[in-house]
Amino acid sequence: MSPALRREDVAHVAKLARLVLSDAELDQFTQQLSQVLEHANDMSSLDLENVAPTTHPFGLVNVVRDDVLRASLDREEVLAMAPESEDGRFAVPRIIGEAP
Amino acid sequence: MKTAEEIVRDVRNGATTASSELDDALLAIKARNDELNVFLYVDEEGARRQAESVDAAISRGEEVGPLAGVPVAIKDNMCQRGVPTTCSSRILDAWRPPYSATVVERLLAAGAVPVGKTNLDEFAMGSSTENSAFGPTRNPLDPTRVPGGSSGGSAAAVAADMTPLALGSDTGGSIRQPAALCGLIGVKPTYGLVSRYGLIAFASSLDQIGPFAKNVTDAAMLLEAIAGHDEMDSTSLPEPAPALVTHVNDGVAGKRIGLVRDLVDGADEDVVHSVERAAEVLAAAGATIVELNIPEFRLGLSAYYILAPAEASSNLARYDGVRYGLRVDADDVTAMNEATRTAGFGDEVKRRIMLGTYALSAGYYDAYYGQALKVRTMMIAAFARAYRDVDLLLGATTPSVAFELGSKVSDPMAMYLSDIFTIPTNLAGDAAVSVPFGTGEHDLPIGVQLLGPGRSEAQLFAAARVLEIAEGR
Repeated sequence: MSPALRREDVAHVAKLARLVLSDAELDQFTQQLSQVLEHANDMSSLDLENVAPTTHPFGLVNVVRDDVLRASLDREEVLAMAPESEDGRFAVPRIIGEAP
Repeated sequence: MKTAEEIVRDVRNGATTASSELDDALLAIKARNDELNVFLYVDEEGARRQAESVDAAISRGEEVGPLAGVPVAIKDNMCQRGVPTTCSSRILDAWRPPYSATVVERLLAAGAVPVGKTNLDEFAMGSSTENSAFGPTRNPLDPTRVPGGSSGGSAAAVAADMTPLALGSDTGGSIRQPAALCGLIGVKPTYGLVSRYGLIAFASSLDQIGPFAKNVTDAAMLLEAIAGHDEMDSTSLPEPAPALVTHVNDGVAGKRIGLVRDLVDGADEDVVHSVERAAEVLAAAGATIVELNIPEFRLGLSAYYILAPAEASSNLARYDGVRYGLRVDADDVTAMNEATRTAGFGDEVKRRIMLGTYALSAGYYDAYYGQALKVRTMMIAAFARAYRDVDLLLGATTPSVAFELGSKVSDPMAMYLSDIFTIPTNLAGDAAVSVPFGTGEHDLPIGVQLLGPGRSEAQLFAAARVLEIAEGR
């Protein structure tokens, strides 16, 4: 079974999830998340080799509708809720840096 | 306070108006909202408009909907066009949705009057409504205690007689647990019975919207009005809304009901006593009670606290400071994403995002997420086995009555354990109802849980009604 959660695991996961944690938060979250994972270890001893996984209670099927044009959300109304927009688009900070 | 059934009757026969019922609701909200922190936003103007349109329709002699004039509270994770919708999170700061959830559209079409948005644990993650960026909600029956969660605001709105009906959402017990702690009927419908379109996603394969009410008939009226296929939700069941109100007095004669030891043992003594007394009442009404053990239920908590965070970590990736809500400025996009999410999410949401990210990450996926998906299969099989022998199951909703504010908030695992009896239903996609039955410690209400297979809502309401009658309601 997996090793207990380490501080560096939490730091790594926080980075993946785009969260910045202080040292104190790292300590606290490591301890709290370890507790939950330890509880989850009661599943690890089960032999589920021949059990199929369930991702959804009733199984998912593709649902398609007729390809008919219909109204969508109003662009101006949607953009009005964005932190920043420009020329009918969402605006974000610079992604590609300028040459020095 | 009048029941929803009485309001509809009186609005229709002219004994009252939707506008006057709305005035009463607004007064009741004003009287206690500062103390209890139930509503995050009261949409007085929109509610007034809707009430007046119902009244106008009646004065023109037109047919009005099945919830005509009934004030309804809506958990603040459901979108209502133009009305602030926060999920009790700073990350949705100042957001006003450009569309309404299907449930909101159906409420309006039924003549109901949505009065405002209620407090919840941030993104519906919690069992006490203490994880709200806007402060905890207090239990109207004892303000030193929690109302339960995550739909604590909606439960408190009904318990405090602010509105006769409220909508909540139940991912692992978030309607039934607060219903139990506030002495209400709380319904977790069959997965797919109620459209999730416009419900802000927490764990999409588990989330389901359902009603809070003070009595079974009112709950059935609300569920009937919001249920039924919706083409905007691809997981929506294909059929129209089932008939529920006409079946509430069907009784339980000839039914077999399984008392599940795994949904009772370990609960406080007063809770165990209520469940056993409920079994006696159901037996006296003509049901056959059989004791069952379903040991798989014990694995529910572990599976849930892997699966729900895994789905949440994916669903909450959309809060990146680009399209809506909060943005904390930084020099580049990644730094902006990080600054926004770090400032916008509270601790419980961060915990679940990290837990889910971990369970889905390379090297741990099979051990945690993969294993939990298989436990989910076991859970479904265990329910199916039980339902070959019995029609419904009976147990406790929660291990204890309402606990004190602050008593579990620093210990996530202790908080998670309050969902231990409600989680199995969500994993199976089935239906369950919490019914107030008896009181326990400090005279606080106890919730008894009735569970049934998918699409068993009519039978569940009929059984709940038997308990309600026995309680003299």
